[in-house]
Amino acid sequence: MDQFTQILLLFISNVLINNFILVRFLGICPFLGVSKQVETAFSMGLATTFVMTLTAAATWMINTFILEALNLPFLQYVSFIIVIASLVQFVEMFIKKTSPVLYKALGIFLPLITTNCAIMGLALLIPLNGYSFIASVVFGFGAGVGFTLAIVLMAGLREGLSFGDVPGVLRGVPVTLIIAGIMAMAFMGFSGLISM
Amino acid sequence: MNPIYLYSLISMGGMGAVLAAGLGFAATKFKVEQDPRIGKVEDALPGANCGACGYAGCASFAEAVVNGEAPVGGCPVGGDKVAANIADIMGSEADSSDKVIAQLLCGGGIKETTKSGKYQGIKTCQAANAVNGGEKECQYSCLGFGDCEVICPFDAIVINENGLPQIDPEKCTGCGKCVSECPRNILLLAPVSAKNHIRCSSHNTGKIVRKSCEVGCIGCSLCAKVCPVNAIEIKDNLAVIDYDKCVNCGKCAEKCPTGSIEFNGDMIKKVEINDNCVGCTLCARACPVEAIDGELKQQHQVNQEKCIKCGLCYEACNVNAVDLFYESDLD
Repeated sequence: MDQFTQILLLFISNVLINNFILVRFLGICPFLGVSKQVETAFSMGLATTFVMTLTAAATWMINTFILEALNLPFLQYVSFIIVIASLVQFVEMFIKKTSPVLYKALGIFLPLITTNCAIMGLALLIPLNGYSFIASVVFGFGAGVGFTLAIVLMAGLREGLSFGDVPGVLRGVPVTLIIAGIMAMAFMGFSGLISM
Repeated sequence: MNPIYLYSLISMGGMGAVLAAGLGFAATKFKVEQDPRIGKVEDALPGANCGACGYAGCASFAEAVVNGEAPVGGCPVGGDKVAANIADIMGSEADSSDKVIAQLLCGGGIKETTKSGKYQGIKTCQAANAVNGGEKECQYSCLGFGDCEVICPFDAIVINENGLPQIDPEKCTGCGKCVSECPRNILLLAPVSAKNHIRCSSHNTGKIVRKSCEVGCIGCSLCAKVCPVNAIEIKDNLAVIDYDKCVNCGKCAEKCPTGSIEFNGDMIKKVEINDNCVGCTLCARACPVEAIDGELKQQHQVNQEKCIKCGLCYEACNVNAVDLFYESDLD
């Protein structure tokens, strides 16, 4: 299998088969918190995809050139946190200066996802899987697209649900969690999609 | 010293230093000049980021105030005090008389109205309105399932035992969420000073209204005729009040044969001008019906036949020369 096909498969597997929210159960907090409207859910997904792609690139470099070179893998957690936090801060300032329109679209979500577990999980999965640089970036981007897909689907369902006759005990969060469970089961169906 | 400690210290310290330097550089390089008032307004706000103003947080509300998109008194949590502080920063005056509260334009509760059937569907106004219009015969009536009660962020609305929303004027901030939530459009924002309210929204003819509701407006136009300032107009069989024109005299509520007009003020029974009068003619100019006579610099008189007891002359007078006698005083 050539390299391009491999990268493509990596992307598809992260969007559908190993979806960050529905299969790995990372980033549940925004998945439940910011999924009331399709519009805001999409903004959140956009911001997360952006940060995930950047994180993948930055943490790969830190890990390969500093931590592995000096044999300090136990510093992964601490260094990834500060790298991600300052990177997002930097990007936010940069966008605010250069593109006020994009800054408005991403809005409050950009600083919020700095401390998201999906981002941290992504950063830690890259050294674990031993990806190359390009594979890491595709991995980050695919994870972001998968996140966006799941959260927008959820928001669409919840928008529809607000008109439904939900039994009193299940109204609000309980029924949302049930839906999340059913969606996770549905995504399990993708697990046989690619056979190597 | 074990090299692993050294490497850890150097790599983490170095990374921290580089990132800090990068951020510091970015903070100056990519600094966006913004109006210094935004920061000041933000400091004056409670900082709870509750979103009750309709903006994402205190910061975006502050920005909207400085851009002139939001009123200085737009923070419902801060109240008058915060509004005054923001007004100071913005160099304008906080106008508390602009305060509006929600009013229900329907008086037909469970007791007053005729039922057309039994509704067993989803217990929300939205759903009932979409299916068959609830239980009441009148298609302009309050459905009474309390969508307004649910949406109200300040717990100012409670559905009473008669199935009508009761609005607490103290708690209501005039945010207008209930107004846009009501599927029948029978809630509106009225000035807090308004005391006359026509509690009906029915455009049905008098005959139909009589059958379906005891307190509905039958469009008889008695109120429009009695109103001294022409604040009431009959539009499609319904009396509609213009709060800008209304002087809160309560005459319409007195005349209304079905009791669909509510007057919740104290009615003025008599107006007199005393010896304090310096003849400035301010009261005569304020009078909507020209009931005050008198030459310049002479004591003025109230023509009791023409006077509609609205009390506008009392507010206009600067020397306490107008005496108002209320219904409760004379009893």
